[in-house]
Amino acid sequence: MSILINKDTKVICQGITGNVGEFHTRGCLDYGTQMVGGVTPGKGGQTVAGLPVFDTVEEARLQTGANATMIFVPPPFAADAILEAIDAGIEVVIAVTEGVPVIDMVRVYDAAKQSNSVLVGPNCPGVITADECKIGIMPGYIHQKGCVGIMSRSGTLTYEAVWQTSNLGLGQTTCVGLGGDPIVGTSFIDCLQMFQDDDETEAILMMGEIGGTAEEEAAAYVKEHITKPVAAFIAGRTAPPGKRMGHAGAIISGGKGTAAEKISALEAAGIEVASSPADMGAAMKRAIENAN
Amino acid sequence: MKIHEYQGKQLFQQFGVNVLENRVSRTPEEAAAAFTELGGAVAVVKSQIHAGGRGKGTFIEKPEQHGVQLVKSADEAREVAAAMLGNHLVTIQTGPDGKKVNQVIVEAGCDIARELYLGIVLDRANKQPVLMCSQEGGVEIEKVAHETPEKIFKERFDPAQGIESYQVRKLCKKLGIEGKSVRAADKFMKALCRLYVDTDCSLMEINPLVVTGDGGLVALDAKINFDSNAAFRHKEWEEMRDLSEEEESEVRASAAGLSYVKLEGNIGCLVNGAGLAMSTMDIIKTHGGQPANFLDVGGGANADKVTEAFRIILSDPNVKAVLVNIFGGIMKCTTIAEAIVVAAKSVGFTVPLVVRLEGTEVEEGRRILEESDVELVTATDLGDAAEKVVATLG
Repeated sequence: MSILINKDTKVICQGITGNVGEFHTRGCLDYGTQMVGGVTPGKGGQTVAGLPVFDTVEEARLQTGANATMIFVPPPFAADAILEAIDAGIEVVIAVTEGVPVIDMVRVYDAAKQSNSVLVGPNCPGVITADECKIGIMPGYIHQKGCVGIMSRSGTLTYEAVWQTSNLGLGQTTCVGLGGDPIVGTSFIDCLQMFQDDDETEAILMMGEIGGTAEEEAAAYVKEHITKPVAAFIAGRTAPPGKRMGHAGAIISGGKGTAAEKISALEAAGIEVASSPADMGAAMKRAIENAN
Repeated sequence: MKIHEYQGKQLFQQFGVNVLENRVSRTPEEAAAAFTELGGAVAVVKSQIHAGGRGKGTFIEKPEQHGVQLVKSADEAREVAAAMLGNHLVTIQTGPDGKKVNQVIVEAGCDIARELYLGIVLDRANKQPVLMCSQEGGVEIEKVAHETPEKIFKERFDPAQGIESYQVRKLCKKLGIEGKSVRAADKFMKALCRLYVDTDCSLMEINPLVVTGDGGLVALDAKINFDSNAAFRHKEWEEMRDLSEEEESEVRASAAGLSYVKLEGNIGCLVNGAGLAMSTMDIIKTHGGQPANFLDVGGGANADKVTEAFRIILSDPNVKAVLVNIFGGIMKCTTIAEAIVVAAKSVGFTVPLVVRLEGTEVEEGRRILEESDVELVTATDLGDAAEKVVATLG
């Protein structure tokens, strides 16, 4: 078991004919992901990385049986691409695109919630189930099959956490990059629920950052519903207020969304909080040992 | 992206939101002429900078002059504008260096019956924009939100529909807006919500929102931030942008496609990924150092971009050491290693450089650095890197 995706997941890439789309389609194929096709409007009939290209997601789904999509469509067209995937009934929609206007995501988030699709992202590195299926831009080789479910608002910070848990021999089940935007399809809480229900996942590691209240909400949820050990790290203890730190969602505004607030909420919920980004794997190990 | 009050008020007018008549003035003479043109007994001269707290703020060069002042004659308008223009206004939001005032507005006076607060922001928890109002206008709203959150009234709205009339009526009831002012509020709030959506705002604030003696509503202030992600569909923002309000190094970085924020410390950081970049700052602090900047080179960085990143970091005179922290995913360690070698030659490092590479093609990347004649300290992991860079400062 794992969450969201596994060795049977069939994946298409929206935006496959672009440089980035093609590059990462090949990367996923190399990892062993069942890539089955791609979509670029107006380029149906072409072949990219040995895969058929379709004009519409609906057509791609009918022809290939795809149940997941990886989206690299540029920001002006990304919201439309996500809506198209949801409309076509794709079960797992992973939007890697960075720079989607927030107001577009209000509409897209609503559409996703009212459908049977799960939207991950946008502005995320993707999702990977170790040794089974990689959908996204993360370096596959750092992952190692194991027992930790990882969820994070940041890309490279996730790699760091993956690397540390691999080196400690804990390994991962599924790693979910939630995305760095103010509105993303899947929240920490959604992931916590899935990890709690997944037999293979024995512990959960979350990486949050400044901005918003997603970590505080997750902390409250952990306290009420999660029986597995949880560890966390919050990036941005030294970030100044009112400045966007790279990610559109990483900003302390009106004095809210500070790392200090988040860390105290997590600790109050009994979550093991890593003292530094070098301590994430070790914090996970401590949380597991404390639970035993 | 931030804009000035006068630009915000121009947008308000376009969308049918009441504002007072005003004139933008860049010289004392223009300010005097503006007073005469407006024709009233009083007017208000307001400094235009991208920061709040102007009314209470004072000028470095003229400590007795505040950033906003009521004037009663053209001569007084001229004098006050002369005291503001070209000088540096320090407010609670500007930092000790203040911000240079390049323009003021001269605005007609108004008959104020009540001062309220109105703001629109994204409610991240509920994934919708929310309109917020309070009777506590004219004061620091963060303080109200913190100390008496029950005094802030909120209504969320669907971007496609805007706010509904019944929601406006609910807010009016709580704010004590009555009679014909309710109809004025309906038009006013609906227009603001449409503006927020149509112009891709990330924040809009009117503090104070004034109820006039005759029951009308007027936006006495206008604070608007735009969602930078939507810049592709707002070519007009280019003209509205005031580069003199932005940190020079940040403007340069954004032109190069780098995400950079200048900080107060002395250890420069070059990192890939926003979360890792923030964490790198954090771990420097944990080891007793102070980060000089946030810098995310992004996933698609090449030698040119990395060289420019080094140039920007080293242009900060406070920087006494540089830490490079790369977890190669899409970005190969070889790319960054080659870029470091190129940059070291063209930029010329005058401060110690600590490099930590991990991830894709790391062995090859380390070899490139070792075989080059670039003087640097290598680190094995994040903790080691932070320790070493702090140690270089002695």
